Amino acid sequence: MAGRDRSAHLAELAAGRPGFLHRARRRVRPRAAKSAGRSFILTFIAVVALAAFLAPLVRSVSLSIKSPQQVAAVDSPIWPASPATFTYKDRDYPVYQVPIDGGTKNLALVKKGLQSSQFADPASGPTGPLIVWQGSWRTLQPSYVFDPHFENYSNVWDEIHYPRLLFNTIVIALLGMIGTVVSCTLVAYGFARFRFPGRNTLFLLVIATIFLPGAVTIIPTFTLFSKIGWTGTWLPLIVPAFFANAYDVFLLRQYLMTIPREMDEAASIDGAGPFRTLISVIIPQAWPVITAVAIFHLVYSWNDFFGPLIYLSGHDDLQTVAVGLANFSGARIAQDPGLIMAGTVMTLIIPVALFIVFQRVFVRGIVITGVEK
Amino acid sequence: MTAIPLRRRRGLSPLARREARWALIFLSPWIVGFFAFLLIPMIATFLFTFTNISLQQAQPLRFVGLDNYTKVLHDQQTWDSLGVTLKFAAIALPVAVLLPFAVALMLGSRHLKAAGIFRILFFMPYVVPFVAGVLIWQSMLNPDSGWIDLVLKGFGIADPPNWLQDPAWIYPGLVLLGVWGIGGGVIVYLAGLKGIPSELYDAARIDGAGVWASLRHVTLPMLSPVIFYTLILAIVDLLQYFLVPLVLNQGTGEPGGTTLFLNLYIYKNFFTYQDMSYGATLAWILFGITLLITVLLFRSSRRWVYYAGER
Repeated sequence: MAGRDRSAHLAELAAGRPGFLHRARRRVRPRAAKSAGRSFILTFIAVVALAAFLAPLVRSVSLSIKSPQQVAAVDSPIWPASPATFTYKDRDYPVYQVPIDGGTKNLALVKKGLQSSQFADPASGPTGPLIVWQGSWRTLQPSYVFDPHFENYSNVWDEIHYPRLLFNTIVIALLGMIGTVVSCTLVAYGFARFRFPGRNTLFLLVIATIFLPGAVTIIPTFTLFSKIGWTGTWLPLIVPAFFANAYDVFLLRQYLMTIPREMDEAASIDGAGPFRTLISVIIPQAWPVITAVAIFHLVYSWNDFFGPLIYLSGHDDLQTVAVGLANFSGARIAQDPGLIMAGTVMTLIIPVALFIVFQRVFVRGIVITGVEK
Repeated sequence: MTAIPLRRRRGLSPLARREARWALIFLSPWIVGFFAFLLIPMIATFLFTFTNISLQQAQPLRFVGLDNYTKVLHDQQTWDSLGVTLKFAAIALPVAVLLPFAVALMLGSRHLKAAGIFRILFFMPYVVPFVAGVLIWQSMLNPDSGWIDLVLKGFGIADPPNWLQDPAWIYPGLVLLGVWGIGGGVIVYLAGLKGIPSELYDAARIDGAGVWASLRHVTLPMLSPVIFYTLILAIVDLLQYFLVPLVLNQGTGEPGGTTLFLNLYIYKNFFTYQDMSYGATLAWILFGITLLITVLLFRSSRRWVYYAGER
C-alpha cells in the first residue's frame, strides 16, 4: 500500500499537478504552454491518422448506398448522389453548375447550343424566363443532389438469401458460445482451484497450443469429420467448442485466480462440493469474464471464414454470412460494387455493434490474454 | 502434526489425491479436446507423410517411406511458395510489430485529448469480419476508384500503383489490406505502457533524458516482453498467411504466383488436388519452420527481453 501511495504521489508530480514540491518549480507557465502545444499537435496527428484508418469504412458505407449508374459514371461525387434535374414547363432538364454573374449558379439546361445555350433558373419557378449563357455547355460540370439508394441492401438481402445466412450464423455462434463458456469455465476452474502434480506444465501446454499452426491438424480432423458424415452439417463448427480452447481458458483462469479463496472455503465448510462451489460462489463473481468469453466467441464465430468454407461447401442453405458474402463477391466483383458493399456493411454491423456495447469487456479480455502471461 | 510429512513421503495424501481427481474431472473437456483435435490429428498428419493416403484413395493405401519428402525437394512450387511466404513475412513483420506500437504510444500519451474515443475507434475495425475487411480494402485499393490512388493522383503521381494486380506492389498492398488487424496489438501495447512505473520516467528525466532517450532506455526495455509476445504471434500468423488470397482471388496465386503462399499451397494440395499425404508433408515442414523460428526467438529473448518480475 505504501509503495502505491508513493508512486501515485510521483505520478502527480510527473503530471505537474499541485504537490508540495510544486512551488520549487519556477517555469510553470512556459511548461503549461508547451504541454498545450504538444496536446494540440498530438491530437491533430491522431485525428488525421484516424481519418485515414477509418476512411475505407466511410467509403464502403457511401458506396453501399450509391446507384449502379453513379458507380459507373466518371467524375461523380464521392458521396451518394444522382444528377440533379429541374422540371421546366412539364419536362425534366439536367442541372449544371454555370459560371455566371461572377459566381456559380445551378441552372437547368433547356436548349443546347454550340456557342451559347439557354438555361432555366430553378429559383424563378417552373415557367420563369430563360437565361442565355455564352459558351459550350459541354465544359460545364453537372450538378448533383444527395440521393442514397438503400435498395442495394434489400437487393442483397433477397439475392443471397440473407435471412437464411443470418439464421445459420446466429445458431452456430450461439451453440458454440454455450459450449465455449461451459467447457472453458470448467477447465479454468480446474486450473485455478485444484492442486495436482504437473499443474504448471499442463497449463504451459495449454498456452503452447495457441502457437500451433492449424495446418498440422486440419487434414486428419477434416478426414475424421468427413468419415463420420459430419461434413455438410454444423457439427464440426459447434462440437469442438465444447472441448475448451486455450485463449478462453487462460482468460478465465487469470480472472478466477483473483477471486479470494475465503468464500470457496466457507462454502466447502458448509458442505458444498466442488460443483456446488463453482455454481454458487465462483460463477456469480465471474460474470464479467464469462461475458467477455461469450462475446469473444460470438464475434469469432461470426467472423470465421475457413471453418464454414471447408465444412459447409456445396451446402449453400447451411452456409454462414462470411462465406455467403465471399461467394457473392467472388461471383460478381466487377459488376456492382454498391451491392457488394451493402452486403459487406450488413455483415460487419453486428460484430461492430457488439463491440461498441461491450467495449470495456473486450479491452479487458485482450489485456489479460496479451499482457499477463 | 508430524504425520503429514511422513505421508507426503509416500506420495499424495488421500486429500491431495481427491483434489487431483476433482482437477481431472474439471480439466477433462480440455484433455479430451487436446487428444481428439490436436495431439492425435498431429500424429496422424505425421504418419500420413509416409503414406500415399488421399481423400478418394484410388490406389491402395501403402507405406511409401520418404517419397513425399523427396518429392518436396524436387517440387519447384514448394520452394517458390516458401520463398513467397518468407518474403511477405519479412515485409509485413516490421509493420505488424511497430505500427501497433506507434499507435499505442500515440494513444497512451497523456498529451492526447479525448484518448478514450480514439482508443475505441482505432480498435473498432479489429472486430470487422475478415471477409468484409478484405472486400472493403480490395475496393479501397482499386487503381481507378479506390481512395488511396485518388489521393496519390491528387498529389501529382500520374501512375499510382495497381496494388493488388502488380507483382511489384502486391506485398505493400497486402500489408495495407491487413492494417485493420492492429487493434489487438494496440491494446496489448497500451496495457503494457500503463504498467510502466512512472518513477522510471521521473528518474530518467532527472538524469536529463529527453523524449527519445526515455523511449529508448525506459519504454523499450520495459515493454520488451510485450514486443516479444507480439513478434511471436505475428510470425506464427504470417507463416500461416493464406486466407486473404483465398478471398481476394480464390487462391489462384495471382499476380504471377506472388500470393501462392506455402499454407495456401498446402490447402490446395489437400482440398483441390486431394493429395493428403503431400499436403501433410508440407504441413509438417511448415510446422517445423515455425517451431524452429519460435525456439530461436525464445533463445534470443534472454538477451533482449527484460522481465521485471524475474529473479
